[in-house]
Amino acid sequence: MSKEIAIIGAGMHPWGKWGHNFVQYGVAAAREALADAGIPWQDIRFVSGGATVRCGYPGYVAGATFAQALGWQGAEVNTSYAACASGSQALAAARNKILAGECEVALVVGADTTPKGFLAPAGGYRPEDPDWVRFYLGITNPTYFALYARRRMDVYGDTLEDFAAVKVKNSRIGAKNPRARYRKCFSAEDVAASAMVADPLRLMDICATSDGGAALIVCSLEYARRIGKADAPRVAAISTVTPTFASGVVEMPDIATDSAAAAGVEALSYRSSIPLKAYEEAGIGPEDISLAEVYDLSTALELDWIEDLKLTPRGEAAAWLRKGDTALGGRIPVNVSGGLACFGEAVPAQAIAQVCELTWQLRGEAGDRQVKGARVGITANQGLFGHGSSVIVKR
Amino acid sequence: MSNKPLVPAIDGWHTMDAKPHLIGSQCSDCGTYFFPAQYQYCRNPACDSTDFLEVQLSRTGHIWSYTNACYKPPAPFVAAEPFEPYAIAGVQLEREQMVVLGQVVTGTGVEDLKVGMPMELVLETLHETDDDIKVTWKWRPLPAGTYPETGA
Ligand SMILES: [Zn+2]
Repeated sequence: MSKEIAIIGAGMHPWGKWGHNFVQYGVAAAREALADAGIPWQDIRFVSGGATVRCGYPGYVAGATFAQALGWQGAEVNTSYAACASGSQALAAARNKILAGECEVALVVGADTTPKGFLAPAGGYRPEDPDWVRFYLGITNPTYFALYARRRMDVYGDTLEDFAAVKVKNSRIGAKNPRARYRKCFSAEDVAASAMVADPLRLMDICATSDGGAALIVCSLEYARRIGKADAPRVAAISTVTPTFASGVVEMPDIATDSAAAAGVEALSYRSSIPLKAYEEAGIGPEDISLAEVYDLSTALELDWIEDLKLTPRGEAAAWLRKGDTALGGRIPVNVSGGLACFGEAVPAQAIAQVCELTWQLRGEAGDRQVKGARVGITANQGLFGHGSSVIVKR
Repeated sequence: MSNKPLVPAIDGWHTMDAKPHLIGSQCSDCGTYFFPAQYQYCRNPACDSTDFLEVQLSRTGHIWSYTNACYKPPAPFVAAEPFEPYAIAGVQLEREQMVVLGQVVTGTGVEDLKVGMPMELVLETLHETDDDIKVTWKWRPLPAGTYPETGA
């Protein structure tokens, strides 16, 4: 039996700093996805929401919140929280329901409203909380991204100009995306003129947090055939694997890595394990990929992801970037949506938005951003506490 | 100069002597180290030990990576006024096979650091309160030719 499901609808509320209730973004995205699929809301039998932890109780039960806002119609609901992978876990829940034969068509939706400024931990003296400890010692989120970036420079020879080139590439294509928050083309000089935050990363190397919403309508292959969408893009794999001990890369919010001192234990990078399972499940390899949407929390992190996805050999992503191989028209275009550089992160919506982009690309509907002949796309993201995901969509 | 007493910013995470060590724990069964110390369960998936020893971690290692903080972090960080940027390093401890983060000593910037450089653990002020001076561990470059350091 095929383990694939079809994506028959995709929709997004544009990213920005709108300051509205997150429910509004989710509803707008869901309505656009339903219209795209050409099916009525009443036909949806399962609503799978990505939770937001920044918007109170309605955010914790996001699936039900969106179902109520769209009008209770008796569908079952689910809410998934898995940091940056929330949207992928919500998609996985819908896939399980469909493949189990318990529902034919489902809505997957995530949305967020983000506060202004730093997200600081709760006060007091709380040394048992690693998040409190690292802030107390002066280690913020950009610290981790900068440690990865600096390692690339010292180990692979990447330069500040390479990191700036990622921003320039993504801003150029993101400027053509009406759903992106930042739609200005930036130059290498603009990046170089922005303030240093955590050496070697400048303000323009690091992504912002945004408001936004994204939604997908997914269904059984049989249902897609019945409504005349047999050739819709399909979800070929969803990987949400946890790391394996011992993690050799220091991950936010930890102050130290695992120890690999015990016999038979190897220090491993978590990022590289996430796509491996996705490739295995889809039965394809990196050579089959037409385009990738990866989590560029920093410009340098895009280069790490390209290597973790095995799109280039380890240490060669910057060389590919310099040749234009990761830009539109290159060998494997990366982040043709504009990426987080142009969107800013809206946590529960971001993994779904990545799949929306692949859906439009594989249908050949991405306009100025279209990757010619796109057949297979892959996403990748990673967040706190062992949450990460990779989704493969093919046509 | 202040006559306030020096106290650890976080109790029990490091010794207070001239050649300080981080205080971690080690699983008695499989040998895995933990920092911060951990005595309830072993995170090695092949080990279900509940027996741990307190250990002093190696006080020298090599830089895994480094950066700095150019902007004042939010609370609970207590910043000096005016805020002075400081460097941060992740240092790979050989015996423990782990990387430990920490600030780099005052006066050493990112331009003085390199991946692979030998570093040693020292204590330095994190911030002052009305009653005492809170010190924490920081990493300091080892003079060339002094690594590996022998003895405790
Ligand atoms: Zn053990």
